[in-house]
Amino acid sequence: MTTTPAEPELQERLQAGFDATIARNDRIEPRDWMPDDYRRTLVRQIAQHAHSEIIGMQPEGAWIGRAPSLRRKAILLAKVQDEAGHGLYLYSACETLGVSRIELTELLLAGRQKYSSIFNYPTLSYADVGTIGWLVDGAAICNQVPLCRTSYGPYGRAMIRICKEESFHQRQGYELLMTMMRGTDAQRAMVQESVDRFWWPSLMMFGPPDGESPNSARSMAWGVKRNSNDELRQRFVDMTVPQADALGVTLPDPDLRWNEERGHHDFGDPDWAELAAVIRGDGPCNAERLRHRRTAHEDGAWVREAASAFASRSAEVAASASAGPSGGAGAR
Amino acid sequence: MSADRREWPLYEVFVRGKRGLNHVHVGSLHAPDDAMALRHARDVYTRRNEGVSIWVVRTDAITASSPDEKDPLFAPNGDKVYRHPTFYEIPENVPHM
Amino acid sequence: MNDDHGSVFDGLIGGDSAQWAFGTDFEDPLAGVDTTVPDGVDHAELAAYCLMLGDDALIMSQRLSEWCSRAPDLEEDIALANIALDLLGQARLLLARAAAADPVVVPALPEGSPVPAEDALAFFRDAGQFGNVRLAEVANGDFAHVIVRLLLFSVSRLALLERLRASIDTVLAHVAAKGVKELTYHRDWAARWFLTLAGGTEESRRRLVTALGDLWPYQPELVATHPVELSLARAGVGVDPATTRAEVDGILDQVFAMSGVARPDRPPLEGEGGRTGRHGTHTEALSGLLAEMQVVARAHPSGRW
Ligand SMILES: [Fe+2]
Ligand SMILES: [Fe+2]
Repeated sequence: MTTTPAEPELQERLQAGFDATIARNDRIEPRDWMPDDYRRTLVRQIAQHAHSEIIGMQPEGAWIGRAPSLRRKAILLAKVQDEAGHGLYLYSACETLGVSRIELTELLLAGRQKYSSIFNYPTLSYADVGTIGWLVDGAAICNQVPLCRTSYGPYGRAMIRICKEESFHQRQGYELLMTMMRGTDAQRAMVQESVDRFWWPSLMMFGPPDGESPNSARSMAWGVKRNSNDELRQRFVDMTVPQADALGVTLPDPDLRWNEERGHHDFGDPDWAELAAVIRGDGPCNAERLRHRRTAHEDGAWVREAASAFASRSAEVAASASAGPSGGAGAR
Repeated sequence: MSADRREWPLYEVFVRGKRGLNHVHVGSLHAPDDAMALRHARDVYTRRNEGVSIWVVRTDAITASSPDEKDPLFAPNGDKVYRHPTFYEIPENVPHM
Repeated sequence: MNDDHGSVFDGLIGGDSAQWAFGTDFEDPLAGVDTTVPDGVDHAELAAYCLMLGDDALIMSQRLSEWCSRAPDLEEDIALANIALDLLGQARLLLARAAAADPVVVPALPEGSPVPAEDALAFFRDAGQFGNVRLAEVANGDFAHVIVRLLLFSVSRLALLERLRASIDTVLAHVAAKGVKELTYHRDWAARWFLTLAGGTEESRRRLVTALGDLWPYQPELVATHPVELSLARAGVGVDPATTRAEVDGILDQVFAMSGVARPDRPPLEGEGGRTGRHGTHTEALSGLLAEMQVVARAHPSGRW
């Protein structure tokens, strides 16, 4: 009996341990055993999230140079910088699963991993900076707050840090729009026009309707995801409507109204065909976003290589210096 | 990680938020060497907040305990540093910033 | 129902803004600082001086922030943004100081415009009214270019601000004290990257030497003296950049020696008839930079942001 490999038995024991951890609502940590599918699902989700942060720097980043006040310039630069940090935290979480940042970057650039569809829409005025903060970061918060309790430890910890910063993002966006609404007629029109463009894409950020979201159920069973797409979308609408009122803008949905019976707002259906097209790569800015990212990555290759070469050379010099009195001098 | 020469090695970052506290793991980053890792840690995890103490250590230099225990690479959840980021603090001699 | 979501959104309307560095409490950059101009100091000269130092920081920050989302790796992207933010903060204080010292320098805007004075200065002046050194304005190049530019800039600005801490003008002394801490890091970061690129690969070394050669002609302007600087130095308000020259040369030579890079042998870029950036005579690059930086603000001279 002891001579045969206990593979299946061990496998069962590991699976049972994993299931028990999930059932306890406890966290899975990097060195724990985990099913291959769980690891794959996490890598896919975290990578997609990380890519979204990094690609998401572009639509707003394009306005840093044109920010109309020094204060707004500082806020926007700090915000876009935060997004780089978010991408970095998330790539790090992914690296605990055994996939390196450069591999993920290459998968993104090869079009084999996705990022959030919202960043394929163009930014056309400075009001978009405010609208993105309010609606896009707001939707992201709705998606992300539950992920602070996700079952994978490093992902949850990254999300806690990210959510703290996201609420600053949403706040600055909303404050910009409020300020502009107190400005000139032209500014008010700019705000409304921007909200008109971003409302539907923001609703699409929660993904397809539950019935058409193939991976959702399993992700929820694993505690990787905590709420369904439609649940989160409803939450977002319910929270945003009073904010829009306070701002004095109209949300461009004729079907939007309070439903006393449900205790929620009813709202119209986003154009799911458009979402499918944007995800497929046919959105207004898909090619441009990837090109920008690829250029930065390729232009930086010689720098990354130079720093690696410098580091190994310095390490050799240090090693030979400590090896003996004849070693160090004149190594270069 | 270091096998791939196109990518800098991974480092773990530990920050002491203020005197009297332990260094706590706050996250990871890539850097070509130790000295640069320290600068990156300052830029990424403490931004412009002065007066904190930072440790960086190459991830592959860490020896960890067995898989059944909680991963020692990562500090417990209750840690204050990344629950209360003070990213936007500016030195106190600048009023209202 | 909204369990954990509620807490995140609660802060959105009203609530405690103290934790938000860029929240609503950001209105007067010099609130709480004694802004009286010291006795005997010429207001126009003080304003011109603040504009020179403020414009250096503003234009440099603008160029650095163009790197956002384009750096070789995320860590460097974040580092460059930090440096740009530091300089932007300095610019804001210095432009506000210029406006407070001599309101005449502030461009006129339509009656009732809510645009603050420091923004009017940043967004409604033309190139000829900017007093920055030309090093700050030249167009971005590769990563070696930004490292060399930042090294030359930060070595000089740090030497200058260290001395400016003793200014009899409270505001300048205050800005300098804050800036010294920031510039110390900028210089360290740039010098470290300079060494890295010099000792990295053949390509990085070639790019570094090229960038150094290209930017070197702009270096002497950093340590040249404008009459306003001389006059304010005599009054104990400003610093004559010429007094930093020995220190600046020494530090640069040290970095060059450690990197095995020769000090370039290229003549300074002369101004036109002796007029340089400090006098408002710039390269072509500045008007292009301003066209982008000012476009939204100028389209809404009565806008509220
Ligand atoms: Fe983010
Ligand atoms: Fe964000």
